[in-house]
Amino acid sequence: MTTYLPPAQRIWWNEPVGRQEIVWIAIALTWCLILFFMMPYWHVFGKQNLSNEAYKTTPAQYGPKVQAMIDKYTVRTETDQQIPVVAPPAGSDVYMLARLWQWWPILELEKDKTYRLHLSSMDWQHGFSLQPVNINMEVIPGYEMVLNITPDVAGTYGVVCNEYCGIGHSTMLGRIYVKE
Amino acid sequence: MSNFRLCPDTGLFFDKNAESLMKVHAVAAAVSLLVAGLLALGVALTRWPAVHLLPASQFYMFLTAHGIDALLFWVIFFEIAILYFASSTLLRCRLAAPRWAWLGFALMVIGAVTTNTAVFQGNSSVMMTSYVPMQAAPHFYLGLILFAVGALIGCFVFFGTLVIAKDEHTYEGSIPLVTFGAMTAAIIAVFTIASGAIILVPTFLWSIGYISHIDPEMYRIIWWAMGHSSQQINVAAHVSVWYLVAGLVFGARPMSEKVSRFAFLLYIFFLQLASAHHILVDPGVSSEWKIFNTSYAMYLAVLASMIHGLTVPGSMEVAQRAKGYTRGIFEWLRKAPWDNPVFSSTFISIIIFGFIGGITGVVMGTEQINLIIHNTIYVPAHFHATVAVGTTLTFMGLTFFLIPVLFRRKMILPTLAKWQPYLFGGGMTILILFMMGAGTMGVARRSADMTFAGAALTYDYPGMAYTMMGISGIGAVIAVIGGGAYLLITVGSIVFGKKLEPSAGLLQSFGVPLSSDNYMAEPEILPMAAPVEEHGSAGFEAPGTFVLAMLLLVSFVVYYFINWKYLASVWPLS
Repeated sequence: MTTYLPPAQRIWWNEPVGRQEIVWIAIALTWCLILFFMMPYWHVFGKQNLSNEAYKTTPAQYGPKVQAMIDKYTVRTETDQQIPVVAPPAGSDVYMLARLWQWWPILELEKDKTYRLHLSSMDWQHGFSLQPVNINMEVIPGYEMVLNITPDVAGTYGVVCNEYCGIGHSTMLGRIYVKE
Repeated sequence: MSNFRLCPDTGLFFDKNAESLMKVHAVAAAVSLLVAGLLALGVALTRWPAVHLLPASQFYMFLTAHGIDALLFWVIFFEIAILYFASSTLLRCRLAAPRWAWLGFALMVIGAVTTNTAVFQGNSSVMMTSYVPMQAAPHFYLGLILFAVGALIGCFVFFGTLVIAKDEHTYEGSIPLVTFGAMTAAIIAVFTIASGAIILVPTFLWSIGYISHIDPEMYRIIWWAMGHSSQQINVAAHVSVWYLVAGLVFGARPMSEKVSRFAFLLYIFFLQLASAHHILVDPGVSSEWKIFNTSYAMYLAVLASMIHGLTVPGSMEVAQRAKGYTRGIFEWLRKAPWDNPVFSSTFISIIIFGFIGGITGVVMGTEQINLIIHNTIYVPAHFHATVAVGTTLTFMGLTFFLIPVLFRRKMILPTLAKWQPYLFGGGMTILILFMMGAGTMGVARRSADMTFAGAALTYDYPGMAYTMMGISGIGAVIAVIGGGAYLLITVGSIVFGKKLEPSAGLLQSFGVPLSSDNYMAEPEILPMAAPVEEHGSAGFEAPGTFVLAMLLLVSFVVYYFINWKYLASVWPLS
């Protein structure tokens, strides 16, 4: 019988399975187990993992923390919007906030130093997309994500918003400097 | 039996109610596809940097409507038609509760029109995902809810028809494999719609001010229980159609009923929290949760697709070999009816779905690799491989079969029909490959302008990313032409095609050659074992398919580890 008619054998579940299918299922299942295994493996031996550290927050709680860092460590401002460039000490907590349609402030970090980067949104959902290294994370209002970052190449990085956030979405661009 | 029409070409029985319902669902699907395709052109020509057609406000409006019309309305209208075909037609059974079925259809149409209206009024450019707290007009959500209720009714009409068929003994033994696959799709659809109701009903109430706050992270997790599962409906449905086409075009029988049905069962058990794939770089969700729910420790849904990837072409190969195409490993494939769009669309769909859609899906669904892919334009590249080529092209191919069989019209423009799957599939493949490339260079999805014009700061994507977006735009235009050809042929045939006499032969009505022995009422049982012994490459029934499967595996392994290597080169994160 064909695929669109009832099975030829009424007791089809007792029919033997061909060797080809058994071999393929065995190979595929092995591969699927490797696919799973790689994720915990990378948590132990890999260097690129999310920290799982996150807190519930509100714009009213998160905003002042960002401002406190800006007040303390601003080294200059850029563009006619006077965006502060903030250079906190190595190893410290650094904050960036997302809002329509801005990443605030600009961070200036030192190469090969580790920072605790905090991210949260003041309004809608945003996407933190660090370019050109292409590291991408969700930034969700009400949640403060913390992760340890270690910039290992000096340069000027763009922070693109890659979670759609309304009409000005494609103008939402921030910056991180990494100095030698 | 006065309510049944016997199709003289195929021996298929059509219940009068089911036949009318299939027709209207197919027409509604085609209208949705037309709208989705026109919007796609606007989207693609805006993302083509040298053209950059639309201003941001229109781009986001177009993109919102494109996603909803293509991913929800086109495929689900078509899938309800498939459910009725797989139950009433294949089981030779009257359709359960036809009035309910019509109510379901009416709700789906009202819902689709309502949501489209909301989007085109301009205040609901929230994308298909409508992530809170960005808010659309209340009737945006209401339309989706009505559409979902209508689709749910369609699923229950399908289940009811299965019950009637069993009660009235319209078939012997077990339901056919194709019907089993359709049942899988319907079961997943019930789960999907339930998840949709859990999140969209509160969101609707929030949009009219009845609920004050919806947690954005909770929204994402539950929304994707609908959003991702709905794509699993598509997978189950289009794999069923692949089996159907294997049966129709080749007279193929399943290599093993047990294996194929077991693989469908795996879809039901292991797809459901696939929403995890969309949460991999979100705050507040632990790695343990992400890893477990993205894989269930052994990726059994991936295993299921890999099984179908062997057994669908494998059943075709076995059937071809039984007909004497036994020379070498690939004669069965070379001598396949490549100018029959029902076959070519299915085969292109299998290849692109497996090699590109499947592999990219698993790669970016890996917890850590998602960091270098999430929300880049690589993501739409992936789901155009799965939905636009996997599902849509499969459904297009099936439509060419349905024009003479269901609509009883001679297909117009048969030469164009021959080329249509190559145009659409080829254009889409260009689009997909180059969007993958651009995504790897970080180009964001859902962005009206990759130059960031108007931003206070500047960032330039690599020049190659611009080139790639341009080439993907060319691919999109070719695909839109292919989609236009599909609509021209199908709508043109239904409106202008010559009416077929009840006795007209299918070969004549189709206009392109199908293999001859496929349209008997009772296809012969194909001898599976006999040709295998003669040409047994390692005693395998379908050695050519096995070679293709191994090629898939090698591509998979290589590409997977390339991505780990790439991940290892980015900033250390912990």
